[in-house]
Amino acid sequence: MKKLINNPENVVLEELKGIELAHPDLVKVHYDPDFIVRADAPVKGKVALVSGGGSGHEPMHGGFVGMGMLDAACPGAVFTSPTPDQMLEATKAVDGGAGVLHIVKNYTGDVMNFEMAADLAKAEGIDVEAVVVDDDVAVKDSTWTAGRRGVGLTVLMEKLVGAAAEEGRSLKEVADLARKINGQGRSMGMALTSCVVPHVGKPTFDLPEDEMEIGIGIHGEPGRTRMKVEPADAVTEMLLNPVIEDLPFESGDEVLLFVNSMGGTPLIELYIVYRKAVEMLEAKGIKVVRNLIGPYITSLEMAGASITMLKMDDDLIKLWDAPVKTAGMRWGV
Amino acid sequence: MAVTKKDVLEWIKAFAQVIAENKEYLTELDAQIGDADHGANMDRGFRAVLEKLPNGEDVDIGKIMKTVGMTLLSKVGGAGGPLYSTIFMQAGMSIDGKDYFDLADWAKALEAATAGVVRLGKASPGDKTMVDALTPAVQALKDATEQGLSLGEGLKKSAEAAEEGMIATIPLVARKGRASYLGERSAGHQDPGATSTFMLLDTAAKVWANCS
Repeated sequence: MKKLINNPENVVLEELKGIELAHPDLVKVHYDPDFIVRADAPVKGKVALVSGGGSGHEPMHGGFVGMGMLDAACPGAVFTSPTPDQMLEATKAVDGGAGVLHIVKNYTGDVMNFEMAADLAKAEGIDVEAVVVDDDVAVKDSTWTAGRRGVGLTVLMEKLVGAAAEEGRSLKEVADLARKINGQGRSMGMALTSCVVPHVGKPTFDLPEDEMEIGIGIHGEPGRTRMKVEPADAVTEMLLNPVIEDLPFESGDEVLLFVNSMGGTPLIELYIVYRKAVEMLEAKGIKVVRNLIGPYITSLEMAGASITMLKMDDDLIKLWDAPVKTAGMRWGV
Repeated sequence: MAVTKKDVLEWIKAFAQVIAENKEYLTELDAQIGDADHGANMDRGFRAVLEKLPNGEDVDIGKIMKTVGMTLLSKVGGAGGPLYSTIFMQAGMSIDGKDYFDLADWAKALEAATAGVVRLGKASPGDKTMVDALTPAVQALKDATEQGLSLGEGLKKSAEAAEEGMIATIPLVARKGRASYLGERSAGHQDPGATSTFMLLDTAAKVWANCS
């Protein structure tokens, strides 16, 4: 499998070096343990936001470090949760005295490692709260399972909560806001092709040329159903309807509609999906008041898309519009 | 009959070798129902363990195991990192301060390790996880201790029980870990975590077979 890399073992390290060279005005990169912090960290008196996860989802999370979003991001190996020592050191590096919020995607490894890091940070006297994101409606939720995955909503949460922290809200307020966002956002994704993990060198799963996978995760975990490829409008229905029904989103709701590329799907196709999604929502009396379209939470080179919807209110709209200055998201500055 | 400090070091080195040899196999199993990283993560972790393995006169078995646990925690990541770390930390605390241990000590150590994994991973037997290999292995060790079997026989029984537990994960529907996202589609695949756990106990049985 062709890849623009040197050695699979150095993929994350060489990426971090690139980020360090590209964005010295935005971030500082710390090595061993590896983490990225905003250039002016720690920001005194501001609640600090720390996230992290396996690499391979760029620009998430490292590309979201900067003013108005994350204070630190901990990159793990590709598709592998980072380790507690990374999270602990990142937490200490960004704590400005107002406490630290950990934004954790709901995967067994991420939750375990962040829990351990939070315990270690608390033992050192840092006020830490954690919020777990689990917005993927493709996964059947049950008290017997690991529960729903954290996917697209993570991006929106990091932006919105980042703006709230920048405004000077307290750790409790910021954590409550994050939980509120998790409660009113839902996502679902699909794949047209598999991704190729660098050290594996071949597709994670075999998907015949004429088939697609509905309900895919962001790590190439196979989805819930596989079927023949359908036109974009039919696929949009398959993704959006479960999202609408799950919350449920209802007539009169105002929403942020996020159409995300899994990495390999071009913007031209995302707009086709967006167009159909808006038509469907209008027909149901749901108003799209903000949107985000592009590759923000990817799965390496996987072709496919995900749709995330978040119910908005005046506060969330204000926070969405607030200035943000990161490598992956930038407006109002 | 007892396992000495030297035997413990041999076991860890041999397991690192087994992991290196089975890296692709474990990753292949993980690709079926997870995210294709188990083999690479374990290999990265145990290569780091080999670099940091203490072998001085002043360290006891507990210290060796705890060092392995801490190294895995900072090098592996994913769920495997904290879980394998817990196995070594808990076993290390159970055998703390000793320069050798017998079958009953090992049964207690592995029981503590399993309890730690269950606590951290919130998994029960039958969830299609490493607990499915650990739980029967602990039971086999306890039975062997009660029956007064030799160290070598007891270890062999525990490895066999772990293997049966590992094979028994094949038809199960995963309820914990990343495979649980697949629901019914996780059935028909052997759990990679249970597989590496079997390898850990099987290596112990082989390396410690002739401990005297």
